[in-house]
Amino acid sequence: MNKRITIDPITRLEGHGKIDIFLDERGDVEKAYFQVPELRGFEVFSVGRPAEEMPRITPKICGVCPTTHHMCSTKALDDLFKVEPPPAAKKLRELIYSAFMLEDHNLHFFFLGGPDFVVGPSAPPAERNILGVIARVGLEIAGKVIKLRKECRDIITLLGGRVIHPVCGLPGGISKPLAEDDRLKIVDVAKNGVEFAQFALKIFDDIVLKNKEYVDLVLGDTYKHTTYYMGMVDKNNKVNFYDGDVRVVTPEGKEFARFRPGEYLKHIAERVEPWSYVKFPYLKNVGWKGFVDGKDSGVYRVAPLARLNVADGMATPLAQAEYERMFTTLGGKPAHNTLAFHWARLIEALYAAERMLELAQDREITDPHIRNIPTAIPDEGIGIVEAPRGTLIHHYKTDKNGIITEANLIVATVNNAAAICMSIEKAARGLIKGGKVSDGLLNMVEMAFRAYDPCFACATHTLPGKMALSVQIRNPNGDIMQTISRE
Amino acid sequence: MAKPKVAFYWCASCGGCEEAVVDLAENILKVVEAVEFVLWPVAMDFKIKDVEALQDGEIAVSFINGSIRTGEQEHIAKLLRKKSGLVVAFGACAHIGGTPGLANFSNREIIFDYVYQKSPSLDNPNKIFPQEKTTVKEGELTLPKFYNTVFTLDQVIDVDYYLPGCAPPPDLIMNAVEAILTGNLPSKGTVLAPDKSLCDTCKRKITKPEKAVIKQFRRVHEVLLDPEKCFLDQGIICLGPATRDGCGERCINANMPCRGCFGSTSRVEDQGAKFLSALASIIDADSEEEIKKITDSIADPAGIFYYYSLPASMLGRKFRAEL
Ligand code: SF4
Ligand code: SF4
Repeated sequence: MNKRITIDPITRLEGHGKIDIFLDERGDVEKAYFQVPELRGFEVFSVGRPAEEMPRITPKICGVCPTTHHMCSTKALDDLFKVEPPPAAKKLRELIYSAFMLEDHNLHFFFLGGPDFVVGPSAPPAERNILGVIARVGLEIAGKVIKLRKECRDIITLLGGRVIHPVCGLPGGISKPLAEDDRLKIVDVAKNGVEFAQFALKIFDDIVLKNKEYVDLVLGDTYKHTTYYMGMVDKNNKVNFYDGDVRVVTPEGKEFARFRPGEYLKHIAERVEPWSYVKFPYLKNVGWKGFVDGKDSGVYRVAPLARLNVADGMATPLAQAEYERMFTTLGGKPAHNTLAFHWARLIEALYAAERMLELAQDREITDPHIRNIPTAIPDEGIGIVEAPRGTLIHHYKTDKNGIITEANLIVATVNNAAAICMSIEKAARGLIKGGKVSDGLLNMVEMAFRAYDPCFACATHTLPGKMALSVQIRNPNGDIMQTISRE
Repeated sequence: MAKPKVAFYWCASCGGCEEAVVDLAENILKVVEAVEFVLWPVAMDFKIKDVEALQDGEIAVSFINGSIRTGEQEHIAKLLRKKSGLVVAFGACAHIGGTPGLANFSNREIIFDYVYQKSPSLDNPNKIFPQEKTTVKEGELTLPKFYNTVFTLDQVIDVDYYLPGCAPPPDLIMNAVEAILTGNLPSKGTVLAPDKSLCDTCKRKITKPEKAVIKQFRRVHEVLLDPEKCFLDQGIICLGPATRDGCGERCINANMPCRGCFGSTSRVEDQGAKFLSALASIIDADSEEEIKKITDSIADPAGIFYYYSLPASMLGRKFRAEL
């Protein structure tokens, strides 16, 4: 008696993500498929475009994290045209990027993934949204979240022209310098940001870490996968979002690889499955063994917890202290607890705020020398940045006039695609037994994939929402035997 | 009096138009007060069948963002049209196709061939392609059909108004909402933004060339960009003359040229063609040969002139519009 459960988020994620869970004869979970039914072909229509336009074209891949694509593309152009930006331009780019990471991570914690914890994993779904968060933490704090988001986005608008699809990046620099009075304003925003990020960690402490039930959930086996991890580190092996080498660690936490962006093809390959438009990357030097954990499987994870797992620490003092505290609590490194992605995200937000402050306080950042004009003949360029949702790779080839002849993009969430399938399957296993599906399944499956903050999850938890899911259980003839939906 | 019912829906979009609504910040609460949302996938629960159950025309206004690339998107756009008094095409993709509309230089086959056959990071020895139907050991899985090319919203349904921009700026969104709530609306088919060109309000306009002065075009990365002078005067392609005003010169403020996300003014049929004619008047050439030399210095004119508007243009698409 084969049964099938389709979690088709027909509402919120329409056209953006779908989960199918198949049960075996005994009614236990046999396999889960996480499908991405979307494709837009950016790699193809980039061909023929002038390379310098790519930082304006590629952000349209995602209006939630356009800044990430913009910076990644701009870095790929530095490499393509073999030109180093002047120090002030580099700092401005990283400043914009830090403001973006701070804003995006906070948005996720308070509006998207955080409600699972702040309001509570077993709270009624109708309350697990931003309104529920407001009820729990108070209107004043919610106001602060909105204010910080706006201030960070105003900084990106100031320097990038538009916050949704910024335009300032050029090979060898940036289009506009920073004025001194604006610098001073940014210092203030960053100071608030540091304070706010510490405060958010305190909320996590009070609400999650002081509650045994939550801690058990975080540490429990349902949300655990022993995989490889990938993330960017600076020369001291500290977490870096904007620049550095990519480092990979084994499930035991040993360095497995460390490579420059230009070498990514030696380390990453992508599988195609007929049931998804998204491809599944894996570590080439381990090999593809399917959707499984462990040292022999090339499946790796990216994004906040992965970055903290691959690094030796954080480059700023407050974030470093939090980093140490987290790994002590989780019982050492690497931590395989999927729900700890939320915690790691808040530590990264604190780092982003501290880094933003360092950069804004650096007087060199207002230096008007912000461009080096490229002189080399372009042929090939690769850029990597760490997006909020993981490692992002842009790879371009051009003719000698800098017209794109080939583009390859590995988008952040995609790196986690295999792991997301596995996490959903495991969560479902814990909750479906003997063909009986508990209503809590919806919550738990949601929590499993929302921890990764997959891009389409931006669609799931905003004002005043809850995720609309319906689970259909079908018999082998495809007849619906039972429907559980969340009203 | 009952609050007017409103729907907000996304088709092939990046999510930026949804962010633009979140960026209304405190104003969003005013909107939530004044209307009843019957459909807003990003923000609240609903069922398509609830929309199906509504009377025809019962929704006062549907805002639809994104272009149309799958059968599912076309289906929902049609449903909303039937149930709504007004339909507003929200943002550049719904309005004129958007940057992803550049995909109309290619088609489904070319995209599949590259993405699943040729891309350098691929490991696909068995030449697997995603299928609309796949039989796995446990059963059958489905994916929606991917159309051959990109369509603007008004190529699949009748549209009453357009909110331009990638993404539309907050002040224009609020103006449109107020106009709709007060019934203070212009004639059908109007683009809800000023009907003049971006150059008209651009601070750099005083230096905009008025006669034939351009001997050569340059690309943005090749020269230092003067923060005061008109881009065209610097020999940099700026779509300002062929683009509608209303964004507040967002890109120009970052010292980068316009790429035309607002589309053209009402007097213009084809944004790219309009730009070409604007260019022709400022090229300083004595012979055909020289004209050619100068226009050859423009990299990818088709892609740049139709940066946002290829699906809406007279070119439309390189391949057949069939599904
Ligand atoms: S062409 Fe561009 S820079 Fe020149 S006036 Fe028009 S919008 Fe401004
Ligand atoms: S300057 Fe042009 S491309 Fe930039 S936002 Fe305005 S209309 Fe759009």
